[in-house]
Order: sequence, then C-alpha cells, then structure tokens
Amino acid sequence: MRYKSFAFAALATVMAWSGASAQNFPTKPITMVVPFAAGGPTDTVARLIAQNMSQTLGQQVIVENVGGAGGTIGAARVAGAEADGHTVLLHHIGQATSATLYRNLKYKPAEDFAPVGLITDVPMTIVAKKDFPAKDLKELVAYVKKNPDKVTLANAGVGAASHLCGMLMMQALGVQLTTVPYKGTGPAMNDLVGGQVDLMCDQTTNTTSQIKGGAIKAYAVTTPTRVKSLPDLPTTKEAGLTGVEVAVWHGLYAPKGTPQPVVDKLSKALQTALKDQTVITRFAELGTEPVAQERATPKVLGDFVKAEIARWQPVITQAGVYAD
Amino acid sequence: MGDVFSNLALGFGAALTFQNVGLCFIGALVGTLIGVLPGLGPIATIAMLLPITFTLDPLGALIMLAGIYYGAQYGGSTTAILVNMPGETSSVVTTLDGHQMARQGRAGAALGIAALGSFFAGTVATFLVALAGPLLSQVAQNFGPAEYFALMVVGLVGATVLASGSVLKAVAMIMVGLLLGTVGSDLESGEQRLTFGIPQLADGINFTTLAIGLFGVAEILRNLEHTQDRGVLGAKITGLLPTWADIKQSFPPVLRGTAIGSVLGILPGNGAVLAPYASYTLEKKIAKEPQRFGRGAIEGVAGPESANNAGAQTSFIPLLTLGIPPNAVMALMVGAMTIQGIIPGPTVMVENPTLFWGMIASMWIGNALLVVINLPLIGIWVRLLRVPYRLLYPAILLFCCIGVFTVNNSFVDVLLVAFFGLAGYGLIKLGFEPAPLLLAFVLGPLMEENLRRAFLIARGDPSVFVTRPISAVLLLIALALLLIVLLPSVRRGREEVFQEED
Repeated sequence: MRYKSFAFAALATVMAWSGASAQNFPTKPITMVVPFAAGGPTDTVARLIAQNMSQTLGQQVIVENVGGAGGTIGAARVAGAEADGHTVLLHHIGQATSATLYRNLKYKPAEDFAPVGLITDVPMTIVAKKDFPAKDLKELVAYVKKNPDKVTLANAGVGAASHLCGMLMMQALGVQLTTVPYKGTGPAMNDLVGGQVDLMCDQTTNTTSQIKGGAIKAYAVTTPTRVKSLPDLPTTKEAGLTGVEVAVWHGLYAPKGTPQPVVDKLSKALQTALKDQTVITRFAELGTEPVAQERATPKVLGDFVKAEIARWQPVITQAGVYAD
Repeated sequence: MGDVFSNLALGFGAALTFQNVGLCFIGALVGTLIGVLPGLGPIATIAMLLPITFTLDPLGALIMLAGIYYGAQYGGSTTAILVNMPGETSSVVTTLDGHQMARQGRAGAALGIAALGSFFAGTVATFLVALAGPLLSQVAQNFGPAEYFALMVVGLVGATVLASGSVLKAVAMIMVGLLLGTVGSDLESGEQRLTFGIPQLADGINFTTLAIGLFGVAEILRNLEHTQDRGVLGAKITGLLPTWADIKQSFPPVLRGTAIGSVLGILPGNGAVLAPYASYTLEKKIAKEPQRFGRGAIEGVAGPESANNAGAQTSFIPLLTLGIPPNAVMALMVGAMTIQGIIPGPTVMVENPTLFWGMIASMWIGNALLVVINLPLIGIWVRLLRVPYRLLYPAILLFCCIGVFTVNNSFVDVLLVAFFGLAGYGLIKLGFEPAPLLLAFVLGPLMEENLRRAFLIARGDPSVFVTRPISAVLLLIALALLLIVLLPSVRRGREEVFQEED
C-alpha cells in the first residue's frame, strides 16, 4: 500500500520536475551562438538583441562567436547542443542557402532546429565604384549588358549575402560577369572604394556609411519598398530590374526537441527586444528595422526557412558553384 | 598646421579625463596580460569585453579596447623574449634575437629596448596619423591586388634572410610554410584543400596554433632534452635595463623600424604584418657584422619592435578615415562603434571630431602607459625565469593549451599544437629554422589571393604586374633582394671550388 503511494509521489515529482523545468527556464546563462566573426553585421544584430533579452529573461544571454565555413560550424554546434533552450543560434539567410551550397552537411537546416522567430530583414544595395560610367540603374543595366567582359563584380566569398545577390543579378541580367571573391566585406569594400573593382551588391550595414560619405555610388535597394535611411535610392522593381529582390533575413533558432514552452518563452523575449526603442534606433542606423511582431514567431520562421530553401535551390544549382 | 594642433588639443582634452585615462590604463594592463598568455589574443579578449562597453560612452569604450590591442602587441613580445613563444604574428621576429639575449642573461635589456623602441615608434606614428591620416589613406587606395602581390613577393624573398643558417634549408622551410598555408577552403570555388574532411580546418590552420606549436612547445621539448643547455636559468642576469651603449646602438634601428612600420601599417590589407620582418631583414643586411643576428643582436629586437608598434598605430588610419578595418581586431572596433551608434566611415572625422581626435590622443597616452606598466614589470618577469624549469614548463604548457583553445573553442586546435610541437622539435634536431616557415605561412595565402585577384581583374593579362608602376617597382626590389641573397652563396661556392682546385 505504502509502495503505491510512494510510486505515485515519485511519478508526480518526476512529472512536476519536467514541467517545472520549462516554467523555471532559464536556470543558467544562455549562450547565443553567432556563426560569424565578432564585429560583423550579424554579430552586431545579435549583441543588440542579446542585451535586451538578458533583461527580459532574467539571465545573461552571452554571445559566442563560432565562425567558419559560411556559418555551418556554428550552426552544427547548436544542432548538436542540449535541447533545453540554453543554447540558441542566430543565423541569417545562410541557414537556408547552406542546405544547397553545402552538399555534405552534418545536419539538416530545415529539420534539426526549433525555430524561434525572425528578427530583421537587412536590405541590400547595388553599389559601384565612384567613377562607374552609369548615372542610374537603367544605364547600369544597359552598360553591363553591352560590356559583360569589362565589368567585375565583387563579393565576400561563396555563400556570403553579396555572393547570393550577385548570382541573382547576373541571372536577371542574363550575363556572366567576372566575379572577384574576397575574404569578407571589409576587403571587398576597400577595393570598391579604391576603384579596383566595379560593382558589388551588399547589405546596407556595410554600404550605408560609404554611400553617405560619397566614397561609392549607389543605384538601388533590393527590397520591395524603399529603405528609410536611404530614401533617394529606388527599389530594383521601380528602376525596372525585376527578379533581384533579396534581403538578408536573420532568425533565431533552438535545437530540435526543445520543449514548446521554452521556445515560446524565447519567442516572447525576442518580441520584447524588437519593440525596444534602443534596438529600433540602432537597427535604423544600420539601415534596417525589426520585423513585425507576428513574424517573430516559431511557425512563421519555420515556414519561411522551408520556403527560402526552396527558393534558392534552383538559383544556386543553376550557378553551379558550391561551398564544398 | 595650426588646424592640426587645435584638433590635437581637442583630442587630448577629451582623452585626458580621469575616466578615460583610467580606461586606457585598464585596457593596456589587460592587454599586456593577455599578450603574455600564449594563445589568448586581443581578438578573443575584445570580443569577451564588448558587452561591458555598452555601459561606457563611445570614446571611453574605444579607448579601452584600443588599449587592449596595443597592450597585447607588447605582451606578445614579452613571451617571445622570455620563453621563445610568439604571442602574435608581430612577435615572431622578436624571438630570433630577443630570446637569445634572454639566454645570455640580457632579458632585461631586451624587454627594455622593446618597450622604449615601441614608445618612440608609437609617438611618431601618432603624429603621422594626426597630421596625414586622410592623405595617407588616399595614397593607400592606389594599392590594388597587383601591388599587394608584389609586396608579398618582396616579403617572401626577404624571408630567407630570417634564417641565420643555410639558405637552402631556409628555402625548404619556406616551401613547407607555403604548403601549410594552402590548407583550407579555396576562395573562389569553396573547395576544401588538404583538410582531410576535418571541418575545423575548413578555414585553414590557425596562426597561433602553428606558432605556439613550432616555437613554444618545440622549445620546451628541446629544453627538456638538453638539461644542461638551459641558459635561461644559468646565465647571470646582467642588469635589468638596457645600458646607454645598448640605447645608442638601438637608436638607428628604431628610427628605421618606425619608418617601415608606419608605411606598411597604412595598407588596408593588413600590410602591418610585414613590418617586423622587413625591419629585421633591413637591419641584418646593413649591419657591419650580420653574423651577430640570431645570436642576440639588440638591433634585431629594437628594429622589429618599433616597426610593429608603428604599424599597429597606423593601421588605425584605414579604420578611422575610411571605416574599413584592416584586420580582425579593427573589425571588432567597427562592431563596438556600431553598437554605440557610431557608423564608421568617411564621415566620422567630420561628424564626430571629438571621437576621432580623442582616439588619436589616447593612442599616445596608451603608449606612455605601456612604458609605465612594463618597465617595472621587467624585474618580475626576469625573476620568473629563475623558477626551476621543472615547475615552469608545465605552467607554460597549460597556459598554451588554454590560450589556443579559446581562439576557436575548438579541441582540434589543441591537438594541432601538440602535433606541430613534435614537428617543430624534429625540425630543430635536423637543423631547420621555423621562422621562415611561419612567414611563408602568413604570406602564402595573401600572395595567392592577390595573384588570382589581380589576374581576375586584369582578365588574365600577366603584364598588369609590370605596367602598374608601384607593382613594377616592388618586383624589381624583390629581384634585387634575391640577387643580394644568392650572390654571397654563389661567390662562396666558387671560392670553395677554387680552393679545392688549389
């Protein structure tokens, strides 16, 4: 008799424990893995979000940079981490493109993560060296179509956002330009400013200050609507170039199998961070803004990742350049 | 001119507040300690301390982070001299003569000259940045891939000079270094080269891992074998500071090193990495007794140390004037500025003069603080060398492992250190020197990247290297250097032949 009540008590404790752990989340500092080098645009976004989420969740959110292989090393780490919500991943469009770019991935971008929510969509800009012979996007398109052999297009390496946008541009224009890869946007921007290369398609986080300082020429933004920090730049659609619409979207993920209450708590904290005025201001200075609250949710991100993988798969396969 | 002085006055006014000097001191102190710890470098430290800067004002935050940066440069030299362990790329050259001086009981003189030379170089470089920052960055814009390639070729040819032994063996080491530099992902196609399927090698072998293994661990293994040869312990410590004779001997190399470092530091593609090597090569070539180099010649410490500090200061120029970070540490600074709401770029100088000039002023203050911190520490470091080696080397090994692990949070790096340590020990036994290998390892990938990029942009036309003026001049210098290096061997060979015939 006593054994039965003891057994019930034990069972109740175990059930309460597993439920309680979700209620008590977080119980220790949270690690936010950023799969790129510290100081870059993704890292900056992560640190801004992490700082705010620390206040909401009551535990420190520590940013850890695990860079390399286009973000796949950091992503692999979180995919294999314990699914209790204390390790999360902040990744950008690379999460979807790596599914096609890397043919020997040790994890599956669509399945091995529990999505938490979208964060921001950083617009991209089509920019050129200061003395490029084109006044606006129409002239640029005409010039590039007439002289594909003379134009060089810089990017920050296979899998980088600038590489993806460049691919889209070349497919939309139907030309094959000479692509010049660099190890990151710093060196690429340097050569663009110096006039060594002609064109680049890069995130506003990297190009805004150079555009405002007059060091490079800008032609268009690749988003459906104009960008607030660069109001004079037309969108690619306005300027007549269809098919070149891409934004570097950032998302937050937890490992697959993280309990739903924990994921929801993370998602709410993320939404709070995206409403914070400091975050909004800093994002604006970077040329971007937080996503609408309803997009910072698990379901929206999960569907979005699947859609993006499907979207980029034919583009990358057609270009035929892979990362491994 | 007057403009510059009023700007500097603005800068010093902003930088000399109690809080900012305090932050500078903390940064320099932390940086020095970090630099002394082999492996843990300024990148990891600054990344870890970035969150703290949220609570500081922008200028204070940048001052502290910058302090960490040049503090680490100096700390790296300390370990290079004391235990033959280069903490940074820039301290590899210091091991060549600095450690030999330590073995002869002159560690204090080596450390002192490094500190004083660095301070002089830092002062001059700060003035350069203040006076000619924007102008110099314009000049640097003329450096395209072809010019960088030619510059790296000059560096590589000069690498043979780094070895005090056989030129043939130095060339062999250079080849191995180039080979090791190819490990990683191909930049254009993304294909993996020599990674054997290990994902941690996809971005190449880490410099710190290689340097610590080849230099530090190998040195420990060698010392464990030759228990009687541990000159670090045995030799009498002859004074803690450089003598006047030392200072007089070092002054010309310091001047030359400062010039070299200031010029190379401006180049956005991390040209500063070449500065200490170039200085060492120059000093060895113009010395009256070049055979002293590699055996404790003080010029071999004074020149490179000044060069690398001048380079470290002037490498702020591309960051402050163009907003383009020339290396990973500067990229972190960009991140720190962005988080503070300051978007680095050409407009910072105009929109935020207090920040710009305050940074420059604090660079000089930081250099001064480094001398204040490090000169008294020399006594402690030197006394540390007297600790029995059987207690010292486990501690060194432990710090190495921890330091290397923190670079990438990767266990693979620690294993690689062990592997390179054994390899380095083997090299020493066979009479090869690792310094040319390291230089080739650093330069090789840069050379390849720039060579291919130059060809891409020139659409496959090789004449681009000679039709562009700067590139042509540099290649001529490389050719001249090659002849200078080979000629004595040829002449000696012919003399030997003649002697034998006699």
